Amino acid sequence: MSRLVIEAVSRIFHGVRGGPPTRALEPTSLAVADNDFIGVLGPSGCGKSTLLRIVAGLDVPTTGRVLLDGAPVTGPGADRGMVFQSYTLFPWLTVKDNICFGLREKGVPAAEQERVAAHYIARVGLEGFERHYPKMLSGGMQQRTALARALANEPKILLLDEPFGALDNQTRSLMQELLLGIWESERKTVLFVTHDIDEALFLANRVAVMTARPGRIKTDLAIDLPHPRHYTVKTSPEFSAYKARLTEEIRAESIRAAAMR
Amino acid sequence: MRPLVPVATGAKVALGVAFFVLFFAAWAAATLGGYVNRTFLADPFTMVTAGWRLLTVHGFYEDIGVTIWRVFGGFALAAAVGVPLGIVMGAYKPIEAFFEPFISFARYLPASGFIPLLILWAGIGETEKLMVIFIGSFFQLVLMVAVTVGGTRRDLVEAAYTLGARASGIVRRVLLPSSAPVIAETLRLVLGWAWTYVIVAELIGASSGIGHMITDSQALLDTGQIIFGIVVIGIIGLVSDYLFKTLNRRLFPWSLA
Repeated sequence: MSRLVIEAVSRIFHGVRGGPPTRALEPTSLAVADNDFIGVLGPSGCGKSTLLRIVAGLDVPTTGRVLLDGAPVTGPGADRGMVFQSYTLFPWLTVKDNICFGLREKGVPAAEQERVAAHYIARVGLEGFERHYPKMLSGGMQQRTALARALANEPKILLLDEPFGALDNQTRSLMQELLLGIWESERKTVLFVTHDIDEALFLANRVAVMTARPGRIKTDLAIDLPHPRHYTVKTSPEFSAYKARLTEEIRAESIRAAAMR
Repeated sequence: MRPLVPVATGAKVALGVAFFVLFFAAWAAATLGGYVNRTFLADPFTMVTAGWRLLTVHGFYEDIGVTIWRVFGGFALAAAVGVPLGIVMGAYKPIEAFFEPFISFARYLPASGFIPLLILWAGIGETEKLMVIFIGSFFQLVLMVAVTVGGTRRDLVEAAYTLGARASGIVRRVLLPSSAPVIAETLRLVLGWAWTYVIVAELIGASSGIGHMITDSQALLDTGQIIFGIVVIGIIGLVSDYLFKTLNRRLFPWSLA
C-alpha cells in the first residue's frame, strides 16, 4: 500500500489587487510507497514547492486531497518532517536544542531527548558543535542540523524542499551523499523537490518531472541505479542516459516557462 | 575617511570624550569670557559647586532617589501590563483587531496634557507621577511589542508546525524567544521616554524629585543648580541605558553577530 497518496491536488492563488488568479498547480496525482525516495523535478516556478507545502499541511489545496497512511491531511503535523531551502533553525536554540525541538513539543523525557539528539548529531557529523548557535555555523552545517532536527522526530515521511539549493557545489555534493547514506541505512520515505537534474537522479528511486506553470506531472521515471550508490555513479553511462532524457524533458519546460514571462 | 569603515576602540573612546571636552570648553569660554550674562547661564565651575552644595547641604540625593523610583515604578507598571498585552495582540489577530485602533488613538494623547487632570484625581503624590509615566509609555510599548511579535519570521513558525508544535507551543517557544531581544530593546527605548515624563510631571507639581528642585532653583535664579539637575538626569539616563544594553547582551547572546 502507498504510504502517501496525492489525489488530483490543485492550487489556484487569488489574483493580486483584482488581477487574474494564478493557477500554480494543475490537478496532480502521485503515490509514494513506503521507504521510497521520490524526486520531484521541475523548472523554477512550476508549483513543485506548492505541492510539497500542501503535503506538509502548510498550504491547502484548491481541489483534491492528500492521504497519509489512508488518513486525509488537514494541517501540519509531526508525522511529516520538513527541511526548507531557507535556513530555518531557531536562532535562539543551540544545535542540540534545535534537534530536540520536536521531541520537547511531544513531551519526550529529557534523557530520551539526549539519547536521540546524540544519535542524530553523530549521524550528520556535528559532534563538538552541540552547544553552538546557528549563527556560528556554515550553511552546510545549518542544513545538516535541520535534517537531523526533522529526522529526530521520526516522521512517517520526510519532505525536502530544495534543502541544498543555497549551498555551494562541493557542499551540496557532500550533503547529497550524507542524505543518501542515511536513507540507505535507515530506509525513510522521502519526497524531495529540486530543479537540479543530477541531484534528483543521484538520490531518487523515481523522478517525477513537472511541467512549467501551471505545474502538473508529465513524466514519472523509475531510476534503476543500484544501491548503495557511490558518488562515482554520476559519471556512469546509465546515469548519463537518464540525464540526457531528463535534460530534454526539463529543457522543453524551461523554454515554455521563459516564453510565458 | 571611507564610508562604513570601523574605527579602532581606543580612537572611538578618544573621539567620544573629545566632544565632551570641546562642549565644556565652549561653555566655559562663553560664560567665563563674559560673552553671556552669568545671571542666566552659570559657568561650569559654578554649576559643580552648586551641585556639591545641593548634595552635601540640601540632601539632593533624596530627590534623585525619589525620581529614580518613580521612573522605574511607572516603567515597571507599563511593562508588566504592556508587554503581555502586546504579545497576545501580535500573536492573535482578533485580539489585535479589538485593541489596536483604540491604542493607536490613545498613543497620540499627550501624557503631559493629562497632568492637570491627574492632579485633580490623585493629587501631586506618587500615584499621579506613576500614572503620567504609565500613560506616556504604555500605549507606545504595546504597539511596538505587537508589531515585533507579529513580524516573527514565518518560515520559523512553519518549521515549528512541521515539528509538531501547536498554537500554544508556537506562541511560547517560537514567537516569544524570537521577539525577546527586540522587546528588550524596545523597553530600553521606552525607559528613556519615562525619564522625560517624570521630569515634566515633577516640574508641574511635586514636593520632591529632581524636577521639583529645578523649579525651586528657577525661583532663586540659580541656573547652576538647574543645569546640575539636568546633567544628573543625563548621567542617570546614560548609566541605566548602559546597564540595560549590557543585560540584553547577556540575556540574548544568540542574537549577536
